[in-house]
Amino acid sequence: MVETGHFALVLAFAMALVQSVVPLVGARTGNERMMAVGVPVALTGFLLTAMAFAALVSAYVQSDFSVANVWENSHSLQPLLYKITGTWGNHEGSMLLWVLILTFFGALVAVFGRNLPLSLRATVLSVQGWIGAAFFLFILLTSNPFRRIFPAPIEGRELNPILQDIGLAIHPPLLYLGYVGFSVAFSFAVAALIEGRVDAAWARWVRPWTLAAWLFLTGGITMGSYWAYYELGWGGFWFWDPVENASFMPWLAGTALLHSALVMEKRSALKIWTILLAILTFSLSLLGTFLVRSGVLTSVHAFATDPSRGVFILCILTLFIGGSFILFALRAGNLTAGGLFHPISREGALVLNNLFLTTAAATVLVGTLYPLVLEAFSNNRISVGPPYFALTFVPVMIPLLLAVPFGPLLAWKRGDLLAVAQRLYFAFGAALVVVLGVLLFVDRHAVLAACGIGIAVWLIFGALTDIALKSGIGKVGPRIALRRFLGLPRSMYGTALAHAGLGLTLLGILATLTFQAEKIVSLKPGDTVTVAGYTLTFKGIVADRGKNYTEARAEFPFTDASGQPLGVISSAKRIFVASQTPTTESGIRTIGLGQLYLSLGDADKDGSYVVRVWWKPLVTLIWFGGLVMMAGGAISIFDRRLRVGAPSARRAKAGLAAPQPSS
Amino acid sequence: MKLLRLAFALLILLAAAAPAFAVRPDEMLKDPKLEARAREISKEVRCLVCQNESIDDSNADLAHDLRVLVRQRILAGDSNPQVLDYLVSRYGEFVLLKPRFDLRNALLWGTPFILLVAGGVFVFGSWRSRRRRQQVPPLSEEEATRLEAILAENGGEPR
Repeated sequence: MVETGHFALVLAFAMALVQSVVPLVGARTGNERMMAVGVPVALTGFLLTAMAFAALVSAYVQSDFSVANVWENSHSLQPLLYKITGTWGNHEGSMLLWVLILTFFGALVAVFGRNLPLSLRATVLSVQGWIGAAFFLFILLTSNPFRRIFPAPIEGRELNPILQDIGLAIHPPLLYLGYVGFSVAFSFAVAALIEGRVDAAWARWVRPWTLAAWLFLTGGITMGSYWAYYELGWGGFWFWDPVENASFMPWLAGTALLHSALVMEKRSALKIWTILLAILTFSLSLLGTFLVRSGVLTSVHAFATDPSRGVFILCILTLFIGGSFILFALRAGNLTAGGLFHPISREGALVLNNLFLTTAAATVLVGTLYPLVLEAFSNNRISVGPPYFALTFVPVMIPLLLAVPFGPLLAWKRGDLLAVAQRLYFAFGAALVVVLGVLLFVDRHAVLAACGIGIAVWLIFGALTDIALKSGIGKVGPRIALRRFLGLPRSMYGTALAHAGLGLTLLGILATLTFQAEKIVSLKPGDTVTVAGYTLTFKGIVADRGKNYTEARAEFPFTDASGQPLGVISSAKRIFVASQTPTTESGIRTIGLGQLYLSLGDADKDGSYVVRVWWKPLVTLIWFGGLVMMAGGAISIFDRRLRVGAPSARRAKAGLAAPQPSS
Repeated sequence: MKLLRLAFALLILLAAAAPAFAVRPDEMLKDPKLEARAREISKEVRCLVCQNESIDDSNADLAHDLRVLVRQRILAGDSNPQVLDYLVSRYGEFVLLKPRFDLRNALLWGTPFILLVAGGVFVFGSWRSRRRRQQVPPLSEEEATRLEAILAENGGEPR
C-alpha cells in the first residue's frame, strides 16, 4: 500500500510534467487536440495524488511504524481521529496535503472550466502544472513521506500533544484550501499575460475562484485563532507570530484582489493592477509556505545548517515570483487601459481599499521579514512583536475601516460623497451613541477603545444601511421592500455580510482587550474566586485518564451574581503517556456572547494551585464575525452573475430591483 | 508615560497583545500602581527562549526570572525606559518586542508610511495623467452638424 502511494506520487509528478507542457504548446500553436490533453491529465493527476494521500492516511490508521513519517508522528494508543489528522500534522504530510489540494483545484478548473475559451483553459492548466511539478519534485527529493525504516520500530513517537485536537482536523485543510486556492487566480493571471489578452469576462471567471480561496482562508485563519485561544491556555487569539502573519498576508492581498477584480469586471478598469495583485497574492502564499516549511523562522542560522528544503523552496519561490514578474513586466504594457472614473466613485473607493490593503499587507511583510534580513546580513537580532504592528498596521487600517460603509453606496464612475454621507446618518448616529455609551457607562478613560468600538458599530450599521437602502425600506411599502430585498443580487448580501462580519470581529476584539476582567489567585480546595460577578469554587483535583494521557482535573462549580448555580468549569493538566509531554486544557464556558476562561497553573508545595480566570466579554464575536464573513463569501459565489451564461436573468430582474447607484 | 499609555491604548485598538498573564500571585508587587507598570513593561519584553511570546504571556522559567527582574528594577526606582535599557544592556535588543526608533530600524518603521504616501501619490498621478490623455477633443463644426443631422433623421432629441 505504502509503495503504491509512493509510486502514485511519482506518476502524479509525471502527469504534472505533461500538464505543464502539452496544453500550453497546444494553445500556442492552435492545436486543439493538444489543448484538450489538459483536462484528462489534470483529473488523473488529482486521482493519483489522492491515491498517494490515501496510502499515507492508511499507513497512519494502521500505525505502520516501518514508515518513518508515521513512526515520527503517531502512536498506537492515539485516538483514531488523531491518527488520521497526524497525517498532515508534520512537514512531509502537510506538503502532500498541499499538492493534493493543488491538484484538486486543477481538477476543478478542468471540470468547471468548460465555458472558458479553449486556449485559456489549456494555458491555465499548464501553469497549474508548473506549480504542481515543482512541488511534487520538492516532496520526492527532500520531503518524502513514504520513506521506510528498517528494522521497523515497535512503537511510534506520538504526535505532538498540542496538535492532538479537533483543530488539526479543520485548520490546516481550510488554510491550505485558501493558500493554494489562490494558485488558480495566479494561473489565470499568468495565462492572461501569456495570451496577451484580458477583459471583463476574465475577471468574471477569476472572481469565483478568488472568492472560494478567500472564504477558505478566512475560515482557516478564524479556526486557527480559536484553536490557539483555547489550546495555548492563556486566552490570546492573535499573536502576530510569523506563522500567523504568513497566512494573514495572502488574506490581505486576496481581499484586495476580490475588490479590484470587481472593478475590472464591472468597469473594465484596473486590469493591469488586478493581474499584478493576483500574482502578488499567490506569491505571498508561496512565501508563507517557505517561511513555515523551511525552518527559517526559528533562526536564520538554524536554516543555514540544514538548508536542503529551504533552498529548494526558495528556488521555487524565486522561479515563480521572479518569472511571473518578468512576464508581467514584458506583457503588461500590451493590456489596454479601461474605463475612466472620477476619484469620488465606486471605483475610486475600491482603489482606496486596494491602496490601504496592500500597504497593510506590506506592513505585515516588513514586520515579518525585517528581523530575518537583518540577522542574515548584520548578525544583529531584533524582535518585531505586537507593539510594532499596533503602531503601524492599526493606523493604516483605521482610515480604511472608516471608508468601508461609503464604498457600496457610491455610484460607479462618478459618485456624490455628500449624498452618501447623508444616507449614512443613521449608522453614524448609532456609532456615536455607542461611543458615548461606552464612555459614560463602562469606562470613562477608554477613549481610544470606545472610538474603536464606534468604528465597529459604524461598519455593522453601514452594512445594514446599504441593504436597507437597496431594498427601499422607508421609501416604499414593506411588502414591496421585502420583495426588493429578496430580489437583490446575492453579491449584495455577500458584500453586506462580509463588511458586517468585519465589524463584529472588530467589536469582539476591542471588547475583549479593553473590558476583560482577570484574576490570578492561589487557591486551596474550598477557596472561591470572584470575577465579573461570577463566583467559582475550587472543589479539588480529580485524577483521570484518557486513551493516551493521564490528567489532573480541577473542578470549579460556579454561580452568577445572584448565587444561581451555573454548572462546573474544569481545567486540567495532562501528561501524555508516550512522550511524557505536559499540556494544559483550559476550561471555557460561553455565557451569552462572552466567555468565562479558566486556566489551571502549577501546584505549590502547600497544596494550593495558581488559577487564572478571565471574563472575556463579547469574545465569541471575534470568530463569529469570521463566520459571517465566510457566509458573505459563500453567498457571493452563488450569485447568478458569476455563473457565466445566465446574464439575461439578471436583466429581467432589474425591473424589480430598486433604482440603485450600481445599476 | 503619556506615550506609553497611548501605545497601550493603540494596542487595545489592535487586537494584538492578548493581555493574558502568566504572572504568578507571588511575583506581584504590593503597590498596584507599580504592578501595573511592571505589566506594561512586561508586554514589551520578549521571552528569549520562546517563539514570539512576551514575558507576560509565557510560562517559561526564563520569563519568570525576567518578570522578577523587571519588578526589582521598578522597586529600585527605575523609570520604564530605564528598565528596558537595563534589559537591553544585559540581553541585547532582541529582548524588545517593540524595536527602537533609530536609524538602523528606519526602514522597518518607515516602510508602511512611505508606501502609503507613495501609493497615494502614484494613484493620484496616474489618474491625472490618464484623464489628460483621454480627454476627448470637442467636436469640430462639421462633426457637430453631422451629428445633428443624424439625430434629426432618427427623430431623437439631443439629450
